[in-house]
Amino acid sequence: MDILANLTQGFAVALTPTTLMLAVGGCFLGTVIGSLPGLGPSNGVAILIPLAFSLGLDATQALVLMTAVYYGAMYGGRISSILLNIPGDEPALMTTLDGYPMARQGRAADALVLSGVASFVGAFLATIGLMLMAPLLARVAYLFGPAEYFALYLLAFCTLGGLTSRNQAKAVFAAALGLAIAMIGLDNQTGIPRLTFGAIHLMDGVDFLVAIVGLFAVAEVFIFIEGHGRGSAIGTSLGRLTIPVRDIVASFGAMLRATAIGFVAGILPGAGASLGSFLAYMGEKAMARHDKETFGTGNPRGVAAPEAGNNAAAGGALVPMLTLGVPGSGTTAVLLALLLTLDITPGPLLFDERPEVVWGLIAALLISNFVLLIMNVPMVRLFVRILSVPPWLLLPGITMISFSGIYSLSGSGFDLILMIIFGILGYVLRKLDVPTVPIILGILLGNNMEDSLRRAMVISDGDWTYLFSSGIAVGLWLAAIAGFVAPLFLRSLLKRPEKAAD
Amino acid sequence: MRKNSIAGYAVGALLGLGLTGTVSAAECIAPANPGGGWDFTCRTIGKIMHDIGVVDKPVQVTNMAGGGGGLAFNHVVNERNEDADLIVAASSATATRLAQDAYGGLKADQVRFLGAIGADPGVIVVAKDSPYQSLTDLIDSVKADPGSVTFAGGSAVGGFDHLKVLMALGRAGFTDIRKVKYIGLDGGADALTQTIGGHTQAMTGDISEVVGFLKADDVRVLAVMTEERVPGFEHILTAREQGIDVVAVNWRGLYVPRGISEDDYRKWSDALATVAASSEWAAAMKANGLAPFTKVGPDFQDYVNKVVGEIEQLSRKIGVIE
Repeated sequence: MDILANLTQGFAVALTPTTLMLAVGGCFLGTVIGSLPGLGPSNGVAILIPLAFSLGLDATQALVLMTAVYYGAMYGGRISSILLNIPGDEPALMTTLDGYPMARQGRAADALVLSGVASFVGAFLATIGLMLMAPLLARVAYLFGPAEYFALYLLAFCTLGGLTSRNQAKAVFAAALGLAIAMIGLDNQTGIPRLTFGAIHLMDGVDFLVAIVGLFAVAEVFIFIEGHGRGSAIGTSLGRLTIPVRDIVASFGAMLRATAIGFVAGILPGAGASLGSFLAYMGEKAMARHDKETFGTGNPRGVAAPEAGNNAAAGGALVPMLTLGVPGSGTTAVLLALLLTLDITPGPLLFDERPEVVWGLIAALLISNFVLLIMNVPMVRLFVRILSVPPWLLLPGITMISFSGIYSLSGSGFDLILMIIFGILGYVLRKLDVPTVPIILGILLGNNMEDSLRRAMVISDGDWTYLFSSGIAVGLWLAAIAGFVAPLFLRSLLKRPEKAAD
Repeated sequence: MRKNSIAGYAVGALLGLGLTGTVSAAECIAPANPGGGWDFTCRTIGKIMHDIGVVDKPVQVTNMAGGGGGLAFNHVVNERNEDADLIVAASSATATRLAQDAYGGLKADQVRFLGAIGADPGVIVVAKDSPYQSLTDLIDSVKADPGSVTFAGGSAVGGFDHLKVLMALGRAGFTDIRKVKYIGLDGGADALTQTIGGHTQAMTGDISEVVGFLKADDVRVLAVMTEERVPGFEHILTAREQGIDVVAVNWRGLYVPRGISEDDYRKWSDALATVAASSEWAAAMKANGLAPFTKVGPDFQDYVNKVVGEIEQLSRKIGVIE
């Protein structure tokens, strides 16, 4: 077995005391960074790159440290999603939908443990997938041209309407608002500025993190001030820490399905973890038979699916980065930069040319996963404690961290102003009961969808049949149409047999 | 909007003071997020400058993404004009955007270009199984039916990857350059993936973006746009050798604020020239597929002025600027 021999070599590299310590340290730092709103995996890794250099680490060690931080941040993102209803980073967005309601029902500890286990399942299986199939899977990226990408994003948008069970029209309105915000900035195809009103700061559009922190964290501050601390989301207490065995068993299937969806989404360049967790959540909701209505109100599967999905996507995103040199997400783009600085050229030959780097990395990822499982399940209190100081202290603290986090992104004060504007918008929208999650999804996915469509139109000279020119594209279109139409008709159909059974 | 940005600057300046404190080490601004060529320029040159001792403290790298480098340019011109401890990463993209007036009215002469010490040669690449065997094959096909070939590149329409193709076609006598089909993707590797997948017919980019795929024998490089063949890639013909007289390289270099003293300018250009001559830089160039391209000081300033003029003309022709 080639793989076993390689893996043994990898563990030999990864199990040296220094490397192991770096993995543990990286996991810890990553989890802390991930759990702080405004600091996601990509800027977390970017901020810590200088650390790798100043410690004088060699290529493998630096890579181990950084991927441990990456995985740690992916795990950590869920903590503030569940406890504060503020996503720690973009991919943890979907976890707020059911995680926070669970916390409000006094099941915060259960939600954290469950999502920790789900993260582990997703990340662990994705690492195995990376190990077994990376060179093969790299070919998947070749199959996706503009037509296929457009259909994929369309699928995401078609299922958006079913995101909140309360009022679909409001969800659609929010998504449209997100799309409009996504249009701000230089048009990717022609380089012409749109909706920037001549302001150079708007040229690159609106950063997702600015929007997320504004809509969630800053808006929360306004709500807090308005109610003098009452009615605010902050301050959920953590109950007794037990292992919710029943929930874990019940949602194990969901974790596996979400892992598969997330992993594939991760492999596709540009799709990444956010799309992975979104599709995993929507897939789980669509598959639900008798408890569909409880999604969004604290369904444990709604916590498990997006967490398994986004962590699997994190592993999946490493596939094109290592084998093609094409980053599958923002964070892997940063890691790619690190690789290049370390004189490692990712590409189809990396597995043959630098096996010690690749297999050392894979072994370290496996180890990191176990470390993270221990940190995030039995030791989760440690991280919760960071977030469980009194609200009057926590909120200004979070705001401060958010502000410096956002400032570290671009070094531009303009983003801070923009964040406050988003905070006001978020406050108003919450008063109007408009969900804010679809806005973020619109911003995240809108540009990619538009670019794909326009590239397709350039290639085909405006011939729309090009959009259906491959089996993959047609399949995605059918799924998208089904995802849009099915809820309208199936809702009543699905309920009926249940009533009969009652 | 104006008021907002002024207030923004005030807040930014305050925070900046708080964050950087009194450290007086040299700073290199990479006008993009970590991961791209500018980031590489700052980190590698900064590291070598410190390693070989031309600066005494490590060079601190600041990523200031925005406006395709415009935010950093604006920041340097308006706020750091006399900061002698500041260097900023630049490349052909900087010159292209300045030529196309994409930096909100700011001009190339509002900073001083310090030098370039390496360049990523432009290439035109097709998939291994492509029917096109040479650059002339490809160009003949475009001439016969411009709709039959879509080029993919890592920059937007009107960006340097796009312009390279247009320059080559122009020299080959194809004048209807608006008919050429080009799609911009997020980076060269992405463009290459599309081309290998058969979604586009050819990729235009830099040689460093192609190295891995070339070694894996997934692609065929039709031409490299340099004066001489590139060391390490001797088997690749130049465009010139195929009768198309075009040279297009993506140089990697630095600029400094306009208002620094002549002494400081000389200090930095000496430092950069020392880096260019170092074995560390030679190794870094080799690892990243850069070809030697050293122009430092006033020479480089002349070169940039010339390139900016050329691109301005071409961009006017294709209607990217009026």
